[in-house]
Amino acid sequence: MAVTLTITVDRDRCVGAGMCALTAPEVFDQDDEEGRVVVLDTEPAPAHQAAARHAAGLCPAAAITVTATDTTTHQQ
Amino acid sequence: MHDDPSANPAVPAPDLAQHSEPVTLPTDRRKGCPFDPPAELTQYRDEQPLRRLRFPDGHIGWLATGHSVCRAIMADARFSSRKELMHDPHMDIGDMEMPPAAPGEFLHMDEPQHGRYRKLLAGKFTVRRMRLLTERVEQVTADHLDAMEKAGTAVDLVSAFAKPIPAIMICELLGVPYQDRNSFQEQAATIFNSDNLDDKMAAYTAIQAYLTQLVAAKRTEPTDDILSDLTESDLTDEELIGVGFLVLAAGLDTTANMLGLGTFALLSNPDQLAALRSDPSLAGQAVEELLRYLTIADPMLRVALEDIEIDGRLIKAGEVIVVSLQAANRDPAKYPEPDRLDLHRKAIGHLAFGHGAHQCLGQQLARVEMSVAFPALLTRFPTLRLAVPPEEVPLRANPGIYGVQSLPVTWDKE
Ligand code: HEM
Ligand code: SF4
Repeated sequence: MAVTLTITVDRDRCVGAGMCALTAPEVFDQDDEEGRVVVLDTEPAPAHQAAARHAAGLCPAAAITVTATDTTTHQQ
Repeated sequence: MHDDPSANPAVPAPDLAQHSEPVTLPTDRRKGCPFDPPAELTQYRDEQPLRRLRFPDGHIGWLATGHSVCRAIMADARFSSRKELMHDPHMDIGDMEMPPAAPGEFLHMDEPQHGRYRKLLAGKFTVRRMRLLTERVEQVTADHLDAMEKAGTAVDLVSAFAKPIPAIMICELLGVPYQDRNSFQEQAATIFNSDNLDDKMAAYTAIQAYLTQLVAAKRTEPTDDILSDLTESDLTDEELIGVGFLVLAAGLDTTANMLGLGTFALLSNPDQLAALRSDPSLAGQAVEELLRYLTIADPMLRVALEDIEIDGRLIKAGEVIVVSLQAANRDPAKYPEPDRLDLHRKAIGHLAFGHGAHQCLGQQLARVEMSVAFPALLTRFPTLRLAVPPEEVPLRANPGIYGVQSLPVTWDKE
């Protein structure tokens, strides 16, 4: 089953603690001005999906939302 | 997590029907167990992760000890950090009123005031920026290891290693001349630890005077550091002084205690020490586990701004909650065998840096410092050991940040 994860963030909630950039550096970074989250990859590849989910759970400000959609297509 | 006792049979289900009497905050650790929370504290957690607490001034508030309830409280903005609303869990301050946060002292502020300061600083302490400091931390660490080697075969690890490394880093980042740090550190220690109110006031005045002059210097002659950068923001001199004080004090007195107490913990757990020494790539994970296991910053205080139902209990507006991060980080519902130091475990998700809007601003700096310093120390001195029996290591009594006052160590000359 192929799952697409879509990452959205609420930058107003973000407190710049950096748990996301620490946990899933391929998916999240922080800007240099206010340290707020920057999403590098809104639809992370399967290899980075677990880390992205984990980061969302760790975020101290609950600023990260991960939505999963099943994108399995029927084989032709 | 607490409502699934079957996950861990060692944890009795909290008996909510039983309305237990308020307890007082346990603070004494058992003799011979310098790394473990007070036994009554963990017992309270296992009975009832959220329970009534009697404060020394008579206030009846709450004690939170379970991981999930502590995390929920810290994440919830209806629980305030405002100092003037608190009751002291350690002593009765009588008719003296807790003053509100000084300008810039955002640790004790709520939104929106807190966020205004925090966002000016958070960009300076990002994961990426702190990683860029790795080489500098390595160099500072190597300098101190060299000096230890030259000194002979025994030192107090706190003054030779644990204190100076984070002190140099925070002074360089903020732009505080390093030679000024000793007097600053001494005065900060007086403010936080002394029982003498006059001494406290004198130290506070001296620090204010020092920072006033430093901020004035940064305004006229900006250098490449955080304090100079902040002079370009809309912060007043008074606010800059408050911010400088908070960040400097936090930077001087936290990682230093982790390095001192952490080394003591490693030396007391030879199998874990050997694991880290043989595999320095374990450092990142080891640091998280040491943070969890030691949880040096404890407890946190919060006050309910409105009536809030949490964990099946009703916390009334104005009631103060003592959030015990150290009890939470040893919660068997979150970590199997919580009282074991296990560098291979996944400790992430611990609350040692707090949680929510106030989660530690300097955590990425602390992580870099510790993941460099611990392995470098162990690799340089393969025979490092305590120079005194473990029960003679002097522990800090300071409620707030735990650690060792000194750590006499020794090693064999190669
Ligand atoms: C291992 C070392 C450290 C530990 C265990 C630690 C722990 C904590 C904890 C638990 C909090 C949350 C306080 C609360 O919620 O009321 C906090 C906040 C804070 N820490 Fe750290 N800290 C460490 C290192 C540092 C360093 C090196 C700095 C220097 C920049 C620092 C600066 C701060 C500041 C400024 C805050 C207030 C943040 C806010 O209110 O938004 N900490 N720290
Ligand atoms: S973990 Fe959350 S609060 Fe921290 S930088 Fe990422 S999004 Fe922001």
